[in-house]
Amino acid sequence: MIAQHVSLLFDGFAYGMLLFVLSVGLSVTLGMMNFVNLAHGSFAMIGGYVTVTLMRNVGWSFFATLPVAFLAAAAASIVLERVLYRRMYRATDLDQSLLTIGIVFMSIAIAAYVFGTTQQPVQLPEYLRGRVIVGEFSFGVYRLFLTAAALVITGVMVAGLEYTRFGAQVRACVDNQRMARGLGLNVDRVFMITFALGSGLAGLGGALAIEVVGLDPNFGLAYLVFMLIVVAVGGLASIRGAFLTAALLGIIDILSKYYVPQVGSFILYLVMVGFLVWRPAGLFARR
Amino acid sequence: MRKFYVGIAALSTAVMLSLSPAQAQGTIKIGLIMSYSGQFADLGTMMDTAVKLYVKEHGDTIAGKKIEFIRKDSGAAGSAPDVAKRLAQELIVRDKVDIIAGFSLTPDAFATADVLNESKKAAVIMNAATATITTRSPFFVRTSLPLPAAMGSLATWATKNGIKQAYTMVTDYGPGIDSETAFHGAFKAGGGTIVGSVRFPVVSPDFSAFVQRAKDSKSEAIFIFVPGGTQPAALGKALAEHGITPKTTKILSSGELTNDEPLKSMGDAAEGIISGWHYSWTHKSANNEKFVKGFKEMLGGRNPDQFSVSAYDGMHVIYEALKKTNGNTDGVAFIAATKGLTWESPRGPVSIDPETRDIVQTIYLRRVEKVNGMLQNVEFDKLEKVKDPVKVVMKAEGKLNPDGTVKQ
Repeated sequence: MIAQHVSLLFDGFAYGMLLFVLSVGLSVTLGMMNFVNLAHGSFAMIGGYVTVTLMRNVGWSFFATLPVAFLAAAAASIVLERVLYRRMYRATDLDQSLLTIGIVFMSIAIAAYVFGTTQQPVQLPEYLRGRVIVGEFSFGVYRLFLTAAALVITGVMVAGLEYTRFGAQVRACVDNQRMARGLGLNVDRVFMITFALGSGLAGLGGALAIEVVGLDPNFGLAYLVFMLIVVAVGGLASIRGAFLTAALLGIIDILSKYYVPQVGSFILYLVMVGFLVWRPAGLFARR
Repeated sequence: MRKFYVGIAALSTAVMLSLSPAQAQGTIKIGLIMSYSGQFADLGTMMDTAVKLYVKEHGDTIAGKKIEFIRKDSGAAGSAPDVAKRLAQELIVRDKVDIIAGFSLTPDAFATADVLNESKKAAVIMNAATATITTRSPFFVRTSLPLPAAMGSLATWATKNGIKQAYTMVTDYGPGIDSETAFHGAFKAGGGTIVGSVRFPVVSPDFSAFVQRAKDSKSEAIFIFVPGGTQPAALGKALAEHGITPKTTKILSSGELTNDEPLKSMGDAAEGIISGWHYSWTHKSANNEKFVKGFKEMLGGRNPDQFSVSAYDGMHVIYEALKKTNGNTDGVAFIAATKGLTWESPRGPVSIDPETRDIVQTIYLRRVEKVNGMLQNVEFDKLEKVKDPVKVVMKAEGKLNPDGTVKQ
């Protein structure tokens, strides 16, 4: 009985970690930069397709594809940022939404044209599949790996943004552009790099998520709602907030689906509404 | 000179007058409503490719008339069936199509029934698999599968082969509930016990909670229905990850879970899954070999699946019925011509039940096995001439009109 609950809690936490790796990049672009980037899922999809293609057609190992997934999504985002996004930093939320949702639909059509509408199956190496059994408990190996990956990402991000010079620059540019510019910071460049970082994280998240959720051209849209929930409930601009919120939502979702499956899929949304009524700026908002 | 112009004008008018009615008579327009985008876009790809293959093999003229297609995307219509209804109206009113075909998903077909009843246009259902769709309009004819036919057959086979307990997992929408009802009914009738059941939402990124429930039931067998698209692979992986494999638990399912892509995702953990279904590309017959070969050539080496074969047979019904009516597309005449059609499909012998306008076919029991290092569905048993059990019951209870529609 205890084993069963532990396993449920673990599944929920790991599901939260999945949500986290998918949405951490969004808490950078939407949260910190205040850009309504609905195309976040499309950058995640780039990462997914890079990983699948490299593994299947070139024969790379799963781990080797992860940095490439990050870089490919980051590179694609730099192109888009230079051409489109930077013109829209000061635009209204509605304009930003329209631009980015348009990009999502284009990305769906492009992916369907290039890769076909089919699911892209991936076979991970043996050591990432199956379960580890510890006494009477057992845990999915890939879920353990996801959890570890999420912890590493959180650690690197928090350290990078709060304890480095670049992190300070990013925060300065986001908080007060005019002042930052007056102090001689190259705001334009900082924004570009930050945006690339957020999109790269999306690509990495996409690559990590496909083992659990699968990959097809609709990816950019299918999980967008979950990504937005994590960022909105967690509070914009907070990596730690996104982490804790993702874990909390994952556990709530899994427990409610397990104990009351009849209404289980609604409870996540009810909880979201409740949290937002209670703390409109998000659970871990800084401001 | 002026005479010349008048002459030209008169001539061109004459040409136009003589041409336009001839052209109207000379084409048959078929409106295809399918999911070309969204979560179920792959269904559209598989169905549309089969339609193109059929036309390529059988030509685009019947009874001296040219067949013309107008394609409409019902999108991710599981959530918006009114889209399919609007598309059907547009096709009939604006594009003046003669026949409608396609319907990737059940809600799309249900939403269109009223439009057909009013316009008296015939529609060929090439996928949507909920049993009662065909009872909503006398203008529906179906070439895919009434789900209860397959799921009931699977349950009956299970009880006859010593499986006493089952836990059922289905997607929470029409076809899922249909499958659940059919499986429960036939399983209990065969003396089995349903130890529990769960339904999950159509969009579900993580299945672990549901899989854990099934596991905790400690049932001897688990029955699964998921629609095609993104879900089968994700669910398959969740099962394998929680240690539910055919080695520990008997897994019974519909054919979606054992299509090529989910099998590739699940890997060896899928070996031994038993499914009751009407088609697999591995079916052994000359007809099917030809179909698979033609299909692979058209779609970059991908094998056809149940969606493809149903669309291919749907085209067959359209062509054969039009031959019988000599190109008359009137709804009543067309449907009358489809009744009782019998042919050898790539999936085996099939026919259209004249009473219900639904397909009658062989349901195969298949086991996932490794053949030449590749996981495939290997047929090991079959039930022949399976009708939709739901409509058989409805008819026995006197709930059906003579034209196969439900009594109001």
